[in-house]
Amino acid sequence: MTQLTTPTAVVTAGAELLADAVAAQAVATHRVAWQPPAGDAAALAAVMADRRRRDANERALARMLAAEATLVDVRPASEALGLEPGQFLHAGPPVDWERASGPLRGALIGAMLLEGLADSPEAAEAALASGDGVSWEPCHHRGAVGPMAGVVTPSMWVFELRDAVHGNTSWCSLNEGLGKVLRYGAYGPEVIDRLRWMGDVLGPLLQKAVRAGGPIDVRAIVAQMIQMGDEGHNRNRAGTLMFLREVLPAMIDSGAPTGEVAEAVRFVSANDHFFLNLGMPACKLQTRAAADLPGSSVVTVMARNGTDFGIQVSGTGDQWFTAPANTPEGLYLGSYGPEDANPDIGDSAITETAGIGGMSMATAPAIVRFVGGSVPDALATTQRMYDITVGENPAFAIPILEFRGAPTGIDVTSVVRSGVLPQINTGMAGRVAGTGQVGAGLVTPPMACFTQALDALAAAV
Amino acid sequence: MRHVEVRKGAYVDSVTLMQVSRRVADLDGVDAALVAMTTDLNLELAAGMGFEVPAGTTGNEMLVALAAASEDDLATARDEVEAALAAASRPATTGFGDAPPPLTVRAATRDLDPDGTVALVSTPGQYAFVDALDAVEAGLLTMIFSDNVPVEQEVTLKRRAAETDALVMGPDCGTAVVGGVGLGFANVVRPGPVGIVAASGTGAQHLMSLLDGADVGISHCLGVGGRDLSSAVGGMSTLRALDLLAADPATELVVVISKPPAPEVAQRVRDHAASLGRKVLFGLLGAGQPDLTATAAAVVAAAGGTWKAPQHWAGAVEKVRDSGALRGLFVGGTMRDEASIIATETLGEDQVMVDFGDDELTRGRPHPMIDGSLRVERIEREIDDPACGVLLLDVVLGLGSDPDPAAGLVDAVRRATAAGLPVVTSVVGTRDDPQDLLRQCATLTEAGAAVHLSNAEAAREAVRLVEGATR
Repeated sequence: MTQLTTPTAVVTAGAELLADAVAAQAVATHRVAWQPPAGDAAALAAVMADRRRRDANERALARMLAAEATLVDVRPASEALGLEPGQFLHAGPPVDWERASGPLRGALIGAMLLEGLADSPEAAEAALASGDGVSWEPCHHRGAVGPMAGVVTPSMWVFELRDAVHGNTSWCSLNEGLGKVLRYGAYGPEVIDRLRWMGDVLGPLLQKAVRAGGPIDVRAIVAQMIQMGDEGHNRNRAGTLMFLREVLPAMIDSGAPTGEVAEAVRFVSANDHFFLNLGMPACKLQTRAAADLPGSSVVTVMARNGTDFGIQVSGTGDQWFTAPANTPEGLYLGSYGPEDANPDIGDSAITETAGIGGMSMATAPAIVRFVGGSVPDALATTQRMYDITVGENPAFAIPILEFRGAPTGIDVTSVVRSGVLPQINTGMAGRVAGTGQVGAGLVTPPMACFTQALDALAAAV
Repeated sequence: MRHVEVRKGAYVDSVTLMQVSRRVADLDGVDAALVAMTTDLNLELAAGMGFEVPAGTTGNEMLVALAAASEDDLATARDEVEAALAAASRPATTGFGDAPPPLTVRAATRDLDPDGTVALVSTPGQYAFVDALDAVEAGLLTMIFSDNVPVEQEVTLKRRAAETDALVMGPDCGTAVVGGVGLGFANVVRPGPVGIVAASGTGAQHLMSLLDGADVGISHCLGVGGRDLSSAVGGMSTLRALDLLAADPATELVVVISKPPAPEVAQRVRDHAASLGRKVLFGLLGAGQPDLTATAAAVVAAAGGTWKAPQHWAGAVEKVRDSGALRGLFVGGTMRDEASIIATETLGEDQVMVDFGDDELTRGRPHPMIDGSLRVERIEREIDDPACGVLLLDVVLGLGSDPDPAAGLVDAVRRATAAGLPVVTSVVGTRDDPQDLLRQCATLTEAGAAVHLSNAEAAREAVRLVEGATR
């Protein structure tokens, strides 16, 4: 404001009566639907007053928007991530066997069987409980991500994605499909057989295709799928088909037996979520570019292990802020019901951390019923998310919102002030180890993650 | 029949809840109704009304406490609470293109042009800082109506405003007029050559009303908050407001209204004012200084207008009651201070002068200019107290204030004058205020009060009444 003029708009926060008095003078009022912050007022004031905050958050957003995500290779985790025999990765913040949820335990049991470290589920469980020769740590600690239980073993093949702008790499396993699969905690023979085939056939075939066809711009596919009705978390149909389009010629040209090529193509095209495991590491590269900026209150990780929900924030580095995970609400497969569902699990909330998934629900009206919502809900949800983000990502444009960019850069201070939590779309795993998927729905992180992060940011001012 | 419940996670502002409480209490068969946030003050209020509030309720919860004659009446009252709360909460608009209402000031300002946009923050004082900071960071003219904002937060906001070209008006800024638009408690004044910088809300309202009564118009009135000229804050907003008024083509003459500033700040402000090339008058509020009416007369003269003494009407009781003393009960802090100075000059220092707009008395409840019930209760007590010889009151009109403050006072005034207790009232307002200045005055004089449009003259009349009795 450089000079005094008659106001054309008055933004009001607080007493409605004062806003009414302005409106009575025929001046447009923009009324904030204010409510008391969810966190400590002193911590909030300290973080808001931090002189580094605004610039740091602007930088965080700029780095997120500049991050690239190119698929450069497909190879075994032992090579790509240096996983040794008996070392596993899992989704979410750290958790020990004692507190591990059913689906994570099931996936770890499956991992033992797959790696030949146990010959029965019982033997696997005993070894895991005693910690004898096995260890596990979060995927995020290695820059990787894993959907649902997110268990990665040394022999599993992973996508390797690169952000050349910021010099970061991220990895994710290959998607197994829906139903009885390891990531939902199932470990029966069909699960293990499928994983073996993925390691023996699918992985090497994709490796040949990517190496022969050249790097694939995954971010560009995400941008297109957002305009085609995929939100990138619970709907990946367009993304999967576009990816297949990219690798198919090289797969055919690879010289592999046509039966294997056909089997691989059939597998990928029958699994609408195949692209999730490419979108997730792309999102990880985006949010990782915003990490470790002192003073920034932008969330860089949201992840769950089935027991706890954990977040990381740019200004506090790799510190986890955790609280018990909520249980999603939504629709159930078959005869499953709420009592069968495990609390929220998976690193896939990295999609929301990057502004897609539930944050961009408005772009995926086709699946709103599947997660128990309605189209107006979806539109309102995404518009609501702009209140808690630092900015928008013009590369991920949402057509129904006049091509407005995806709400990007969740700001801890805005979450605490508004009481609005990031919206997450998610699958639901069965509570009991070995069950698999029981449904899909909507979930939010616990507010306590954000109030803890706020307190830590305040302590770091 | 009683019903007490505490609702977690429900927040509605105190003014709205007052209206809900009143709507429910007005039902036949309802003896008492309190719908309020669980502030300490409201919990005390509930206890005082005979409600047992569950232990362990603190902070931001909503208390619903009802007492009714029968089960049916209680059920009706509970339904009415729901209906009134539903009516008070505007549902979010959804659907194609319509965004839900913004939840933070930052979200609300994102797409607005900072040059034509003003922010008006009236959130509770412990939270107002972050809301105001959003507006300051957006470079807006930012009015903070909230009180109880810590002074170090005020300093932070004003320092930041200097970097973003914002202006912080407040905290505890009750009134402002920007380009003809009134913000907060503002009187409807005509446009004109006088720009006002005010560290006192009701002081500015009174000055504007007196100027308007003398046909001298206002370009802008910029509040700066009562602490701006303290040494802690250093007059940051006053200096910025002076610059803005000096650059404003409509402003020919500037008046600064404030309590006497800290000496080093006063010097800085006077030096700065002298460098502006605009005439700057100072209306300092304090012992030995001209009162606001005298300041108004000086401003009118400087603006080339013709001063005439503000109107007044005689009261029904012309003698002070028994040998009682003066009791001043005010809604405007500056009205109280000015009356107190005038009374002290003649009657000595132990005068009872209460400001119902004081931070202590407004914590957790609306300002007495919106809801005067606390003062009315006090008047009722004074009527029964033989030690009270004369009542001195003020009434402040304007946008944002009670739509009919005289109606709230008239019964108490009538009882007072019927009991032989004289009532002297100042009325601060303009002919264009929505409450109708002359009708408000008439209502009060018909009830027996003496009415002055000058607060200083009202105080002097009350003093004369007391003096007459002691002589």
